[in-house]
Amino acid sequence: MRKGRNIPLTVYALGVYLFLFTPIVVLVLFSFNDSPRNFMWRGFTLEWYPVLFKDARVLGALWISIQVAAIAVAGSTVLGTLLGLGLARLRGGFGGGIADTLILLPMVTPEVVMGISLLLFFALLFDAHGSILQIAISHIAFSISYVTIVVRARAVSLDPRIVEAARDLGSSPLSAFWHVTLPLLMPAVGAGAMIAFALSFDDLIITSFQAGPGSSTLPLYIYSRIRFGVTPEINAISTIIVSVTAVIILVAWRIGAVKPAKPQPTI
Amino acid sequence: MMRGRLREGALLFPGISWLFVFFAAPLAIIFVVSLGQRDAYGGAVLDKGLSFANYLRALEPSFLPTVANSLKYATATTLLAIGISYPIAYWISRHGGRRKGLLLILVMLPFWTSWVIRTYAWMIILRDNGVLNGVLQATGITHDPLILLNTDFAVVLGMTYGFLPFSILPLYVSIDRVDVSVVAAARDLYSSPGQAFRHVTLPLTMPGVIAASLLTFIPAIGDFVTPDILGGAQTTTIAKVIQSLFLSARDWPFGAALGFLLILATVIGTVSTLRILRAEVIG
Repeated sequence: MRKGRNIPLTVYALGVYLFLFTPIVVLVLFSFNDSPRNFMWRGFTLEWYPVLFKDARVLGALWISIQVAAIAVAGSTVLGTLLGLGLARLRGGFGGGIADTLILLPMVTPEVVMGISLLLFFALLFDAHGSILQIAISHIAFSISYVTIVVRARAVSLDPRIVEAARDLGSSPLSAFWHVTLPLLMPAVGAGAMIAFALSFDDLIITSFQAGPGSSTLPLYIYSRIRFGVTPEINAISTIIVSVTAVIILVAWRIGAVKPAKPQPTI
Repeated sequence: MMRGRLREGALLFPGISWLFVFFAAPLAIIFVVSLGQRDAYGGAVLDKGLSFANYLRALEPSFLPTVANSLKYATATTLLAIGISYPIAYWISRHGGRRKGLLLILVMLPFWTSWVIRTYAWMIILRDNGVLNGVLQATGITHDPLILLNTDFAVVLGMTYGFLPFSILPLYVSIDRVDVSVVAAARDLYSSPGQAFRHVTLPLTMPGVIAASLLTFIPAIGDFVTPDILGGAQTTTIAKVIQSLFLSARDWPFGAALGFLLILATVIGTVSTLRILRAEVIG
């Protein structure tokens, strides 16, 4: 079917990639701008990077984001992996249908609605008005679905005879899970954890309703700064984040960790 | 067999309970609060009698422009996102060759940077003395700066950019799944490339188009950040009104009523879209 190139389509595709990367390039360039305001290019400087590393508020917000993401990734990866495996084994049925719907619903609920519902839940039932834990609990609530779907897709393709073989050879259900099922699921669990991290680290809308004094995450801090004008410091931290994630993703892709799951070899 | 079911139940229990407690129960609370009244501090009072008064307020004509605005942004964003994504997803799938993986990762890469920072980057580009006007004036295309920021254009552009991976990925998956020999058969039977696309590829990828539309429309309708950053203070959307009712203006019961209407509309929209899709695929 590949009949060589389609020149107009290829040019179009290059245009889309240009569109995708222009804001990133502008952002990175302006982190080296010798002006406190992000308007006009005034010359090259590196001064914003040392400024960034001395700014306690930016670093504090980054640290809160990391703590939230750590709890959210751990929670949603464990819960989502169990759910994905359970659903794969259940293969439909009445209970499976209800569970499927419950897992899809958070993905089609507008974030602002989820944000206010959790605010009301915590405020009215627990008189809680924002904390790192409250943010993390909310993040788990919307990340579980993504982990579940990724893990289930791989669990469905697992050959049940592999686990049966382990059981026949005398391993307990728990040790069969630990030594056979989990290692086979690991690429999907890793991918799910990466998605959960990205969702948590980046979330602004749901978080804005769960944060209190002293629990402002990085996106929330940046959002509040935009109203008063952002200094290139914010561009500098974005540049660092972009570079780190780009390197991690490209390395993961190179060594083959990020790849579409292949069907398992059958015994 | 019974024991097997039990074990699956044990796997499902923690996650399902979490979703019941921290997703379903809070949604139920929205509905209860929406029936209450505003107290002196903007919180909710439930013991002064429950009523649908807050819902009637949402239906007042003065609120109509806000609803229209939200629908306009979300619809324009969805159409634009599908229009941009379909050809690029098609190109990656059909012409990507061995580089498919890299091309997909490059599509996703911008979206691993903070969304709020990317939206802010458009502010740098679009403002009166910003990057785009600088380029346009330096090249002599325009003389005076174009007003781009704080317009509907800026909001739709920002949302489209922000939600693009949600439309590119499902479209790619669905285009990549189409068996190319089916398209080749259509061509052998003398359909033009255009006809083969219209009558074979497009219908087969309709599920992807629907999924991509839902995954763009829903975040767009619930987004108050892009209208705020790129649309300016005077732009109102349902999501922006809900946000201010909870965080600044403080009228929780009315905000809850708007939130409940929003999720009701989303669920009805999603379910009916999926129904139509299923009917078309099966029938």
